[in-house]
Amino acid sequence: MASHGIKDQIAIIGVGCTRFVEHWDAGLDDLIITAADAAYASAGIDKADVDAYWFGTAQGGMSGITMARPLQLQNKPVTRVENYCATGSEALRQAAYAVASGAYDVAMALGAEKTKDSGFQGLNAAPPPNDGTARSLTAAAMYSMVAPAYCEKFGVDAADMRHAMARVAEKNHHNGARNPLAQFQREVSIDTVCASPKVAGDLGVYDCAGVADGAAAVIICRAEDAHKYCDNPLYIKALSFVAGNGSGLTDPDYDYTTFPEIAACAQDAYTQAGITDPSASIAMAEVHDCFTVTELVLMEDLGFSERGTAWKDMLDGRFDLEGEVAVNPDGGLKSFGHPVGASGLRMVYEAWLQLRGKAPDERRVAAAHRDPAKTLALTHNLGGYPGEMVSFIAIVGTELG
Amino acid sequence: MRGIIAWGTYLPFRRLDRADIGKVLGRSGGRGSRTVASFDEDPTTMAVEAARSAMRTTPASPDLVLFCSVNPAYADRTNATAIHAALRLGDTAIAADLGLSTRSAVAGVLLASCGHGTTLVTAADIRVGLAGSAEEASGGDAASALIIGDESPDTPVLAEIMGTASRTAEFIDRWRTPGDTHSKIWDEKFSGVTLVPLAVAALTDACAAADITPAELIAVAVSAPTARMAKTVGGKLGVAHVVDDFAAVVGQCGAAQPGLMLAHLIEQASPGDVVALVSACDGADAVVFRVTDAAAGHDGAPTVAAQAAGGAPISYGRFLAWRGTIAVDPPRRPEPQRVSSTAAARNTDWKYGFVASVDEQTGAVHLPPLRVSADGERTDAMTVRPMADIGATIATFTVDHVAYSPSPPIVFAVVDFDGGGRLPVELCDCDADEVKIGARVEMTFRRLHAIDGMPNYFWKARLARG
Repeated sequence: MASHGIKDQIAIIGVGCTRFVEHWDAGLDDLIITAADAAYASAGIDKADVDAYWFGTAQGGMSGITMARPLQLQNKPVTRVENYCATGSEALRQAAYAVASGAYDVAMALGAEKTKDSGFQGLNAAPPPNDGTARSLTAAAMYSMVAPAYCEKFGVDAADMRHAMARVAEKNHHNGARNPLAQFQREVSIDTVCASPKVAGDLGVYDCAGVADGAAAVIICRAEDAHKYCDNPLYIKALSFVAGNGSGLTDPDYDYTTFPEIAACAQDAYTQAGITDPSASIAMAEVHDCFTVTELVLMEDLGFSERGTAWKDMLDGRFDLEGEVAVNPDGGLKSFGHPVGASGLRMVYEAWLQLRGKAPDERRVAAAHRDPAKTLALTHNLGGYPGEMVSFIAIVGTELG
Repeated sequence: MRGIIAWGTYLPFRRLDRADIGKVLGRSGGRGSRTVASFDEDPTTMAVEAARSAMRTTPASPDLVLFCSVNPAYADRTNATAIHAALRLGDTAIAADLGLSTRSAVAGVLLASCGHGTTLVTAADIRVGLAGSAEEASGGDAASALIIGDESPDTPVLAEIMGTASRTAEFIDRWRTPGDTHSKIWDEKFSGVTLVPLAVAALTDACAAADITPAELIAVAVSAPTARMAKTVGGKLGVAHVVDDFAAVVGQCGAAQPGLMLAHLIEQASPGDVVALVSACDGADAVVFRVTDAAAGHDGAPTVAAQAAGGAPISYGRFLAWRGTIAVDPPRRPEPQRVSSTAAARNTDWKYGFVASVDEQTGAVHLPPLRVSADGERTDAMTVRPMADIGATIATFTVDHVAYSPSPPIVFAVVDFDGGGRLPVELCDCDADEVKIGARVEMTFRRLHAIDGMPNYFWKARLARG
């Protein structure tokens, strides 16, 4: 893959994040203002110090004006980006390349989404005018086809798989219950998850991510400038992206037990960052747990588990806060909520807290403290469905080199 | 020699037990059942299914397609063009609608019999009545397709048209204002008394035209606006045998009834038999046929009798919801947008014809069709492959309780086609607990929904039930 990466060229110097929840009293403009102001304050800079903006929203509005107007930006370049559920991550990726190129010194990536003004359940994309032949399934239904296929391929008992999926929800709610910004700050039991009403296939309500309103922002500069703003910045080690060609939907060889776009994206990210054994160098991962089963498959596609074993690793606690690699220590999409355009940057927000020792003790990632070699965090977004998805991975760390 | 060279009929999968109507409405229930079109069917889709069934039995390609329904999807524009597109007929073929009455369906047969070339006469109806009405209970949903043409080595005539005759009379036995969902009936006794002499006269004249006597008729099929009228007329024709009209299990199927009866008439006849269709409707029409020796070896479409014996029950409540008689709370999801007419027009081969592209180099089958090979290397190096009649196997499936559907939940499967190609597609005419990995499915033309008066036609898969 002809991807060179920009390892150690970009530093993260400030972050901001609203609570992710049904913000009945806040519109998209309010969410943007809250996250942006928090990020300016975090970086210790003024609005005027940011040279350019990348604004991620899946459906919140068109063009950079959607961000420039509420913030009253004065003749600044603002680019609105959209890339399914990886929209916020894409904003960071574009901002990073722009600063690395030398075009700007300081840039902000901000993602925001107002999902709860529609009156409908779940997330709702409005497709462009079309011939009416596209399937109209929910994401839950598409992902519900994964667990049966996984059990069939790897000989996993359906009850064990059900238990492991519930464990994902239990773990992420455990973490979210310790996070004041999370949508659902309440633990759930495995029994509750298993008994929740079915949405699609064997996926119940508690197997699905929360749908929330929210915004998150990240401010970056070139690595050599970082200490002008910040004593302990994070450095970007890798930014990788794969847009699938949809082949999984039409290829009879695709078996719904893996997401090939993610595996390819991970390989590129690890190459950029110089990582050979992800579990040995990565302390924590924020991954796109849109459904419980998704997180299990991601552990394998991201190389944290061998094929066919993630369910067991999950049950064994490898991905708990105290585990070898803490996964979704902030609660994940499952418990923190999923305002589409904001989620990718919310993940960076958590990496910022954890790697710099600023996360509260009750949800501290143990590996980041007990193992000096573990200076890295991975953030991962996907968008779309099994067979047709986009994948984004960032790797950030506290040290250069 | 000119006559019928192929025929097909379509009875939808569901059956309403007439006793259930009485149970729900708190009155005495009827006997038997009626056929019920699914929520995702309309006269156009059912006519496509009947026509596909007919066309599988013959190499003939119609150059004229006629369609008749009492309640077509569209006014002002032609409905038959969607049938033409789904059958992938040549663009020089004419597709046109007949009028909004049962008699138009018979007129289609008469026009085809005295015309030239190959004519496909389709008719389909969904019969709706007010809750508890005789029309609701005794109506049925069905489609018929008859292909009429000249004898040729590839297209032997299976039922020769020997003679026809008609009578026309102006009297109102039933009526419907365009846009209404159901018809009103005047007085069935009056209708029967009025229709009988017209039917007798038409049959007598048709026999004379065929140079036979009515006594030589082995069997006669009678179609009339209601089962009771048909019974009255059939009893007065003075013929040896009137074939079953399936009133007990199918119902009276409006515009589809004459074609359905004619198909059954031929299906139960033997080579050499002389038979007649009598349609007593706004006058009377009689057509005398001789079933030819070619019919003996003919591998025909599924018979009316076989289809009438199949099917599965539907509750009266769901029937009422499907027909829009009662409004049911929809899922809290946005309704689909209306179809883009321009996008649909560009993709007619896919949307209506279900035509895939096949990579010339690798043989990979792409649904929907791709222009660029899956490895990204070659552009427009594809051939086309019609997929509608290719069977498929369920690779995996799920049930979606949340997605928008006019009749949730959606049962959805990933299906792999014989010879290549995969499509994630909605299943129809099944209950979720019937679906299994490895089950065989076949494609069927359906109406996914209708927004702003525009039906969205596309294909679904249904379990192959043998």
